[in-house]
Amino acid sequence: MSDTATVETHCVRDLVEKDFSSGAHPIWCPGCGDYGVLAGLESALVKLGRPPHEVALVSGIGCSSRLPGYMSCYGFHGVHGRALAAATGLKLARPDLEVITVGGDGDGFSIGGNHFIHACRRNVDMLYLVMDNRVYGMTKGQPSPTTEPDWDSSLTPGGIGIRPFNPISMAIAAGANFVARGFSGDPKGLADLIVEAIKWPGFAFLEVLSPCITFRPEEFDWKGKVRHDAVAVKNDRAAAAAAALTDDGFSLGVLFRGAEAAAEVSSQVRSSLAAIEQQFMVGATQ
Amino acid sequence: MARSSLSLVFAGSGGSGAMTAGTLFLRAAAGAGYFGVMTQLFGAQVRGGESAALVQISNEPIECQPDRFDVFFAIDWDKVDQFAAEIPLDKNSVVISDPSAGAIPASIAKSKPRALSVVMSDPTMTRLARAMRGKRSNIFVAGLAGTLAGIVAAELRAALETVLGHKSEEVMAANAAALENGIKAAAAIDLDLRVTEPKHESRWLITGNEAIGLGALRGGIKFVGCYPITPATDLVEWLSPQLHSMGGRLILAEDELASINMVLGASYGGQPAMTVTAGPGLSLMTEAIGLGVAAEIPAVIVDVMRAGPSTGIASKTEQSDLNIAIFGGHGDAPRIVIAPLSVGDCLATGEWAVYVAEALQTPVIVLSDQMIGQAKAIILPPSKRPEPMKRRTNGGASGAQFKRYALTADPITPMPLPGTEGYEWVAEGLTHNEAGLPVSGASAHVAQINKRAKKLEQFDPGELWGEVYGQGDTAILTFGSSVAPAREAARRLTNAGRPTRVIALRVLSPVPFKPLAAALKDVRRVLVLEQNHSGQLYRHLLGQKALPVSAESIARPGPLPFRPAEITAHIA
Repeated sequence: MSDTATVETHCVRDLVEKDFSSGAHPIWCPGCGDYGVLAGLESALVKLGRPPHEVALVSGIGCSSRLPGYMSCYGFHGVHGRALAAATGLKLARPDLEVITVGGDGDGFSIGGNHFIHACRRNVDMLYLVMDNRVYGMTKGQPSPTTEPDWDSSLTPGGIGIRPFNPISMAIAAGANFVARGFSGDPKGLADLIVEAIKWPGFAFLEVLSPCITFRPEEFDWKGKVRHDAVAVKNDRAAAAAAALTDDGFSLGVLFRGAEAAAEVSSQVRSSLAAIEQQFMVGATQ
Repeated sequence: MARSSLSLVFAGSGGSGAMTAGTLFLRAAAGAGYFGVMTQLFGAQVRGGESAALVQISNEPIECQPDRFDVFFAIDWDKVDQFAAEIPLDKNSVVISDPSAGAIPASIAKSKPRALSVVMSDPTMTRLARAMRGKRSNIFVAGLAGTLAGIVAAELRAALETVLGHKSEEVMAANAAALENGIKAAAAIDLDLRVTEPKHESRWLITGNEAIGLGALRGGIKFVGCYPITPATDLVEWLSPQLHSMGGRLILAEDELASINMVLGASYGGQPAMTVTAGPGLSLMTEAIGLGVAAEIPAVIVDVMRAGPSTGIASKTEQSDLNIAIFGGHGDAPRIVIAPLSVGDCLATGEWAVYVAEALQTPVIVLSDQMIGQAKAIILPPSKRPEPMKRRTNGGASGAQFKRYALTADPITPMPLPGTEGYEWVAEGLTHNEAGLPVSGASAHVAQINKRAKKLEQFDPGELWGEVYGQGDTAILTFGSSVAPAREAARRLTNAGRPTRVIALRVLSPVPFKPLAAALKDVRRVLVLEQNHSGQLYRHLLGQKALPVSAESIARPGPLPFRPAEITAHIA
């Protein structure tokens, strides 16, 4: 079975999900939420009609950040926390590409926190998808910025005791133009959110609840906790940020759509080296 | 009788305009056909602090700091003590100051210079006028100094217009008056500062920082991600509008970590990309430089070195980042490190850095320093441009899991532009197989390390490895801003019957073994000169067995520049 390409197709033949798979076997544990995200992403790209060679996936370090290697698109698997910076450089150099940054909650909100804030500010037209499992999985179970304060771990007995980071409100406050929350257990709904996020101008942030069944087996219960379309979409930035602060973190769907234009990326040649070099010349031939 | 060169100091407190005086003088000298160079000393304040402009002019190219200065123009004496060590004077020096500024401070007087008193403002100006419009002593001094040096009034006036012409009519009228007063005052002063008539060749007036920026533009840089840091900021401030006018873009990143990663992202996308920083920023960038090495992504990183370690002295020069440039970052991540030899050489070196990065698909670090970067020099237009080299994007078999990191005879493998159908690849910082998929086995790990090492081993810089100046069985081996004083020292030693050559390295890593060995042929004594405490270049070359064990080290930290007499004293 194949989905037909959507209106925004950039090539003539129909794409299918399989076209986006690299064939490499993921290192993720069976049951990992990231499989659902991978499926959602493949579906979304089929719906968008962007072929693999026009898509670039940028990531940092962590289980989620391995995703680019599992897709047949171009990709950049960089160092911990810096994916958004690399993606910004890539998109500004190549606005013709579909640049999608992926990673986890540690990569994105801890070491990557500063770049997260400034990427939202810059509002470059690209999607940032964070697979939030509220734990550092690759390093085998330490609290992440979104972990509950009382979650016990060997590194932080009794829990880390710090208020969790609220990425939704942070993204809205910092300037992201589209903010939504998805769930890995609903790849179809996720695909639709991804398509909408990509189509919306500017920086889109999509937090995807993606359970880690190995280090947070209790997250299996998330499928009973998530609520679809529970929140009226806010177009008012302050109201949306405030709503995010009081939300329990399980409202799915679009949470904010902003009215900013995407960052200007075009640049034209208006001068020449010869003209620039004139400013330094002194002496006889002047 | 005319002298072959003249060295001047213009010093004063914030608001006194010492820098402007120096800039005016240098610009007028440029118009009059001279070569020259100006460097600056700053106090600690962000704006308006005490400062000194150190200017030299000559009928021939001149770049190193002199052993002592000919004339010291004191616009006022505020806080000049902090500069005294960097402005050596002797009893042949002349100090010119306004009597109202008070007695010459002991730190200056102790050298027993000849003292002249000159009222540096319009004597008919009322106190009110002076308070409202300023004394403009600096403009007066520039006019005075220029005239004593034999620079005609027309050139001084033209320089005033060029440097300050953007100011209001009222300000310019006051400036013009001050300049004329200074010009007229020269007649009453018994001091001949004239320099041998120059040949009036066409020249450039440029700073090292500007020259690297222009070189990078020539090399095809299209993307810059950067974060401000002294003494590199003026490089990117100059570059930003120029790059934009050439269809490129400069992004002010949130920090150096973002800067270098943006560069890697843009470069992966196909655009030659560069960042510019100083020591503290380079420290931050080492992880990403390792990523550039491992994932084989071209990148140019300019480090305008300053006194370290840690925050050090932001505005003063040193050559102590060699270690971190060559070795910075965990693991075996060798990269190219090059250093311009002079202000003029910044142009070719900046351009070449781009070509080397693109051709070898790896980070290239350009080690400039504050002395070269912020020196404003009148130079011969650089004539030789490096041969362009481009990134290899085509080749290899298309299809699933394209082998970006193929183990072929040529270690430089194609890096297709994203957007090319059938050649999709992922830039990978993890140890990877030929297709770029992460693997943890020994054979792939070793094979890829060898692949990357081979790229550097087979890198042939050709003529650009460095320069040899002069002949002799004594050699001073050095790099960067130490080249100029080394050349002057070698010239003096040779004239005194001790033939001495200077070997100036442009390529610091990988060591250019063959040309360096050829340059050391018939050398019986080699001294490695560098402005850092631990002898970083000396140890690097010795460790690579590129020097005889008898090689000597002349190494001391900044911020004071090497002076020729200091070097000759070591060798005598």
